[in-house]
Amino acid sequence: MYEFEFKRPGTIADAVAALGAEEAQLLGGGQTLLPTMKQRLAAPAVLVSLGGIAEMQGVCTDDAGRICVGGGTTHAAVSAATAESYPALSHLAGHIGDPAVRNRGTIGGSLANNDPAACYPAAVLASGANVVTNTREIAADDFFEGMFTTALNDGEIITEVKFPVPAAASYQKFLQPASRFALTGVFVAKFAGAVRVAVTGASEDGVFRWSEAEAALSGNFSPEAVDGLSVSADGMIADLHGSAAYRANLVKVLTKRAVAAC
Amino acid sequence: MPKDSGIGASSKRREDVRFLTGTGNYTDDINLNGQAYVHFLRSDVAHGRLNKVDTSVAAEMPGVVRIFTGADFEGVGGLPCGWQVTDKHGNPMQEPAHPVLAQGKVRHVGDPIAAVVAETAAQARNAAEAIELDIEELPAVIDMKEAVKEGATKVHDDLESNLCYDWGFVEENKAAVDEAFEKAAHVTTLELVNQRLVANPMEPRVAVGDYNRATGDSTLYTTSQNPHVIRLLMGAFVLGIPEHKLRVVAPDVGGGFGSKIFHYAEEAFCTFAAKALARPVKWTSSRSEAFISDAHGRDHVTKIELALDADNNFTALRTDTYANMGAYLSTFAPSVPTWLHGTLMAGNYKTPLIYVNVKAVFTNTVAVDAYRGAGRPEATFQLERVIDKAARELGVDPVALRRQNFITEFPYATPVAVEYDTGDYNATMDKLLEMVDRDGFEARAAESAKSGKLRGFGVNTYIEACGIAPSALVGQLGARAGLYESATVRVNATGGLVVMTGSHSHGQGHETAFPQVVADMIGISEDMVEVVHGDTANTPMGMGTYGSRSLAVGGSAIVRATEKIINKAKKIAAHLMEASEGDIELKDGQFTVAGTDKSVAWGDVTLAAYVPHNYPLEEIEPGLEETAFYDPANFTYPAGAYACEVEVDPDTGKVTICSFAAADDFGNVVNPMIVEGQVHGGLAQGIGQALLEGAVYDDNGQLLSASYMDYAMPRADDLPSFQVDHSCATPCTHNPLGVKGCGEAGAIGSPPAVVNAVVDALQRGGHNVTHIDMPLSPGRVWQAMNG
Repeated sequence: MYEFEFKRPGTIADAVAALGAEEAQLLGGGQTLLPTMKQRLAAPAVLVSLGGIAEMQGVCTDDAGRICVGGGTTHAAVSAATAESYPALSHLAGHIGDPAVRNRGTIGGSLANNDPAACYPAAVLASGANVVTNTREIAADDFFEGMFTTALNDGEIITEVKFPVPAAASYQKFLQPASRFALTGVFVAKFAGAVRVAVTGASEDGVFRWSEAEAALSGNFSPEAVDGLSVSADGMIADLHGSAAYRANLVKVLTKRAVAAC
Repeated sequence: MPKDSGIGASSKRREDVRFLTGTGNYTDDINLNGQAYVHFLRSDVAHGRLNKVDTSVAAEMPGVVRIFTGADFEGVGGLPCGWQVTDKHGNPMQEPAHPVLAQGKVRHVGDPIAAVVAETAAQARNAAEAIELDIEELPAVIDMKEAVKEGATKVHDDLESNLCYDWGFVEENKAAVDEAFEKAAHVTTLELVNQRLVANPMEPRVAVGDYNRATGDSTLYTTSQNPHVIRLLMGAFVLGIPEHKLRVVAPDVGGGFGSKIFHYAEEAFCTFAAKALARPVKWTSSRSEAFISDAHGRDHVTKIELALDADNNFTALRTDTYANMGAYLSTFAPSVPTWLHGTLMAGNYKTPLIYVNVKAVFTNTVAVDAYRGAGRPEATFQLERVIDKAARELGVDPVALRRQNFITEFPYATPVAVEYDTGDYNATMDKLLEMVDRDGFEARAAESAKSGKLRGFGVNTYIEACGIAPSALVGQLGARAGLYESATVRVNATGGLVVMTGSHSHGQGHETAFPQVVADMIGISEDMVEVVHGDTANTPMGMGTYGSRSLAVGGSAIVRATEKIINKAKKIAAHLMEASEGDIELKDGQFTVAGTDKSVAWGDVTLAAYVPHNYPLEEIEPGLEETAFYDPANFTYPAGAYACEVEVDPDTGKVTICSFAAADDFGNVVNPMIVEGQVHGGLAQGIGQALLEGAVYDDNGQLLSASYMDYAMPRADDLPSFQVDHSCATPCTHNPLGVKGCGEAGAIGSPPAVVNAVVDALQRGGHNVTHIDMPLSPGRVWQAMNG
């Protein structure tokens, strides 16, 4: 790790101001950034921690019934707070990484990083959540732009994520054996009148919606509804842990399991 | 009734108090006054010509003490290889130079190019980044079969080729083996890979070099399984320091699994630099560095053929293996695919004719050497897989086919140069089948089918040659060392004992088990015996710990030294009681005179030895301290039968181990709890190899699995609760304890059981899958099922 200056502002406004410095970088829970810095693959001059901003902490419900998660809320806190109100989200948050990751890592950090194998993007996209920043509110469908790429501008801070709560939902994660990230993960959310299916870990373009499955499930919400569908291996990730065809298979298998679990 | 102390008791591991409370003293805990830190600049390309290493800018960086490059080691010896293999034509293996820091070329990702010594570790690392390199990249030699083709790029320009040796064993039998194959009623052939592994001990390697200007003595603190071996290799071959001026200390060591046997460049560097700079120099490996600098394990590509007659008797076995050496020869690398592998190809079976061919190959990868089992897992895996495949092809029960061919009479001389002293393979198989309820399998399979899962059962046997090794024999086989072990037993005046052993404990529990032996022999409390190990300054010359040898060889040396102690103590007791030495008996720490009520206590005798007021000074010297060196008469042959039951999820290819049972014959057992722990650990590593682990290089020689993000270590929830048994004991016939060794068994015996079980599950599910290469990751299993 190279030397850097550390700042821990108490308000979003102060964080925005601190980010104006040359080569400044936001620090959420540091579960990706700090290991990267330790390996000297990232070298920010100024690290602006969001950990001291009280207004970005915690979970509440808004007037529209949406679950609103502060951008600085840890996975463990989200899991605990949503156990009753949104069990599928609670389960997802409660199974990210290990206890150390869950008690340091934050929802805002995970979404801003948009690791193609991260869990949270699947929940946000399948729920049709809105990502709130210090300047605007971005619909999930517009937020994820590909591996490690989002709609966020430089210096833009995720302050909150608003989750509509589906009637039923399930997240099925198939673990990569070494890292235990999602080799593929599928989040199915059943809303009145529509079903959304979001897939993480599988595509070279990052999290995506499987629209054929959504259409089929909207008409017939049963595992058999996706039997006739096929997922193309084109554009799927191929690595040591699974071929593109294997990941395409997992998309379908996990979708069926998620529907069955709803 | 289980014993509560001495041999056979599950005494609690006394060393665990410090290990579990964070109060151990590991090499990284050692910090010396004025210590500087070294950072190694390592090659990030697999193969290249080192045109320039410019340290001028880096040398001016803050805190830099000095930067060393290959040029600083031109007058210094290279890292030696401790075993010379002779090829099938009678020629010595090709043995390349192995400089401490790269000279002329870099040969694998991780090859150290320069070493920066600075006031802090961070300053050393900063300066290393400022070293300017000009490396002309060369094609990487990765695939072994490509590497030995005519015209292939050479890893070592001055060698004839990338072939280290082409070994035939037993070469004289080859024609007879080939003839048996021509006459065979059935031949089963299997091509397989025993994949490359990274040892991954919990504690990464560390070295601290120190030099005393007043005395001219050098000291190396290092994470080693065998400090005396390091002292000899580094002192005599690399740095030219006589042994009396060099001390090597291996304090608490957090696991080795073989990877800490070898003499590494970083150890030599720290010792060399400490003298050059006249200040201590410390190196602590990062986990990332360990992946590209610790010797790897396994990495064999094999074709095995089994010939059977019309009655399903094994008539001949033929194997053809490519064994990866990596870029340089690590300390014992050449012995692993040859003498630790070819000699075990008979397994537990009376196959009369065997021929083993091994081509050892240099590639642009990290050196490969012994890893838990070392050659014996590779032998067991291919043999037990091909037998399973033969049983399927012949439509016979795999257990019955094995039993039919078991060796049943001992001693048994195999056609591959070893003689098994004792064993009972039917007994361990009987015990195993009793443990696993094989008759209930069909019902369990039906239950699995209800949830869409395929259930499979796999079984195998194993044998290993442990208690390494008879010195005269291994000398004939090319070892450049003897493989005895030593012990000094020092009795103090008040009766307590210190055992100074050449064995080294890095998790095995010697500090608990060795006192059990000594205390049992004398009849005193284990608490009265302390073990000292790991420091060449206060232990006799020893060969260290590997090859499941510590109890069989080191324990035997302790027995011999203790016997000498007892003999002398009896002389003293006879004098004290005015009796004849021949009438003295020792029991429960009391010396008695047969047929009388006379007795003196152990403590009376030990006190007399050091306060010899009433003492037979004209016959014996005062004091009570004895040393013994024990050189084993033969290897020991632990053996057993293992079984695994799995469920395969056909949708995802995921394998779940439902149960795993191990019936082992370790001979006599000193501490059953420690033995069970060793078996558990071995099984975890073997199952880790079967299902999870694998070091993978791409075509450019980049290690793709270079961190825990991609290298899958087994975790507790990957494993079932093991069933282990060691009640079928046939004691070793040639060592005083009758022990065989248990450290490697689990890792040797478990991979074939897992793979056999998965293949069984898939075939029961209607999939025509005869083999899957390890690790049996979900992706690979699914791919095998889906073409």
